[in-house]
Amino acid sequence: MKRIRIFVVLLAVLALALPANAGTLDEVKARGYLIAGVNGSVFGFSMPDEKGVWKGLDVDTARAIAAAVFGDANKIKFVPLTAVQRLPALQSKEIDVLCRNTTQTLTRETTNGLNFVHVNFYDGQGFMVPKKLGVKSAKELDGATVCVLPGTTTELNAADFFRKNNMQWKPVVIEQAAELNKAFFAGRCDVLTSDVSQLAGHRAVAPDPNEYVILPEVISKEPLAPVVRHGDDQWYDIVNWTVMALIQAEEFGITSQNVDEMLKSNDPEIQRFLGVTPGMGAALGLDEKWAYNIIKQVGNYGEIFERNVGPNTPLAMERGLNALWTQGGLMYAAPFR
Amino acid sequence: MSEHAEVVKPPVTSIGVVGWLRQNLFNTPLNSLLTLATLYFLWTVLPPFVRWAFLDASWFTPSQVCRDGAGACWSVITQNIRFILFGFYPYDQQWRPMTAVVLLLGLLFYSRDRKNWSKWLGYAWVVGLASMGVLMAGGVPGLPAVESTKWGGLPLTLLLSVFGLTAAYPLGVILALGRQSKMPAVKVLCVVYIEMIRGVPLISLLFMGSIIFPLFLPEGITINKILRAQVAIILFTAAYIAEVVRGGLQAIPRGQYEAAESLGLNYYLTMRLVILPQALKIVIPPTVSILISAFKDTSLVVIIALYDVLKTSQTVLSNPEWMGFSREVYIFLAILYFLGCFSMSHYSRKLEMELSTDNH
Repeated sequence: MKRIRIFVVLLAVLALALPANAGTLDEVKARGYLIAGVNGSVFGFSMPDEKGVWKGLDVDTARAIAAAVFGDANKIKFVPLTAVQRLPALQSKEIDVLCRNTTQTLTRETTNGLNFVHVNFYDGQGFMVPKKLGVKSAKELDGATVCVLPGTTTELNAADFFRKNNMQWKPVVIEQAAELNKAFFAGRCDVLTSDVSQLAGHRAVAPDPNEYVILPEVISKEPLAPVVRHGDDQWYDIVNWTVMALIQAEEFGITSQNVDEMLKSNDPEIQRFLGVTPGMGAALGLDEKWAYNIIKQVGNYGEIFERNVGPNTPLAMERGLNALWTQGGLMYAAPFR
Repeated sequence: MSEHAEVVKPPVTSIGVVGWLRQNLFNTPLNSLLTLATLYFLWTVLPPFVRWAFLDASWFTPSQVCRDGAGACWSVITQNIRFILFGFYPYDQQWRPMTAVVLLLGLLFYSRDRKNWSKWLGYAWVVGLASMGVLMAGGVPGLPAVESTKWGGLPLTLLLSVFGLTAAYPLGVILALGRQSKMPAVKVLCVVYIEMIRGVPLISLLFMGSIIFPLFLPEGITINKILRAQVAIILFTAAYIAEVVRGGLQAIPRGQYEAAESLGLNYYLTMRLVILPQALKIVIPPTVSILISAFKDTSLVVIIALYDVLKTSQTVLSNPEWMGFSREVYIFLAILYFLGCFSMSHYSRKLEMELSTDNH
């Protein structure tokens, strides 16, 4: 009897010790740092460098959220996650936000109880071929042997594409990305198919990168976006508008270099954006300087893109779909007012 | 008549190098054939390998030099050695895990010799482990705190295996004894535990620990990822050790139990003084093979994205700059793991010999 009573008391203590169900923003602020789930092994998106410092487009997006919340982009912890772990880690509140090249889909937003914010990278499956084949379009690939990773949607997408266009293909299925690379460069297959962002990485390690071209056709839509849990709208707004702020800053021409001069701008839109005219920060529950801090410490979307995946990096990616809407891309931020 | 027996030397073909060769390598036609085949194999394999691995190799160059060279690119190891060995540990603080690893290896090495086993060595271990913990975690004046999420590389591999094995061993012995128990509840519990754990692969336990377990925890409580993996490894290894130890227990003749009983020893003393010393000695070889495989199994934490030394190396390989040098990296890892496993099995053979009470 006594034991049972002790047990009940213990349970009660445990129940009291649990924190009340506060909003994510309050939890993050109380903790003092943001916890972001990342991939950890995709160069240009999220990967540690040789000193163990996280680098990449997804990493910088997450740092921008930390800058918005704390005014300090370094108040952040990265949790590397595998493809299987990523959604449960978010659901079980192990992380606050997932910035791990995750494609927005209907079932993930509904049955998995997650919300995707504004897309931070438009990816899609493409084809890479040696220049000497003289192929200009994926429609000319009839009868080609295609190197592909097994068990991913990549293989299925490729099969669909060839069937839809009444073309024959011979898949060469190889399990390891590095081996896949070698097989392609050794000429065991004519075509390599994968997400365009990955193809760029593959091309970067070719014996002669200029010998290979990525064909213009993109055969699948892979909008990659940061993810938060269902049911915390304030936190959703913060993450969503952080991504929008990155894009909007590029549109305004505000960079980490000139953001201090921009504070003196006469443009009312920029004044609202940088918190010179207060209101936006308060609406989000953040400091009025939130956007200023993001741009000052992390840079705008264009800077992030150039730094991690742009033409001067080994990935040498063009902006393409990820250019601003004013330059023919899809990056479009809603008005800050 | 003084006759000196002439000393006849054995024919030159049966002593010395030639004799040894004849006796060991060319004593039957089949053996001669095998010897020649092996020599031919080594002749074709070794020179190119030596040329690749040593003569043409680049050791401390940037990756571009490597790509132009013909030989092995050990630069992928040397240029990234600090990330491979220490993962995310803050760059300027990496002397701390370094010291901790050296301390641990030193203690292990010193403890090899049973002559050194004393109370003082016990204290040295306690002090050593405590200072390793302080070195890794920090949080005292002079040593800034480093969270366990930033631990990685070699210290993580060693942490998972050393603590995993030392914690699993006693647990395994207790489970084995429990399985032999006359108390039905204890026995059933132990049997169910052992069979359940042995019925699933380690990977599924790691997945349970890292993915499903957190969903059951009340909101706001998260348990350290390393700890979850560590517990999974301990639980898994213990079940296997339990079955090995049970084999040893069953090999002890009934007479030993009865003799202990007739001396008036209670259960605890019987086990401690009579049964376990004999049983554990018998099972040294299978125990060591379990420990060795458990040591290698720690690398499975890769699949739950813990950065042990295997994962840090793979991460280096996914950097475009170093992509494609997987051979060199995996050879390096194989050497690391071989050193660990070989010293374990070497030590176990030594221990077996020392503990041997047979007179022949």
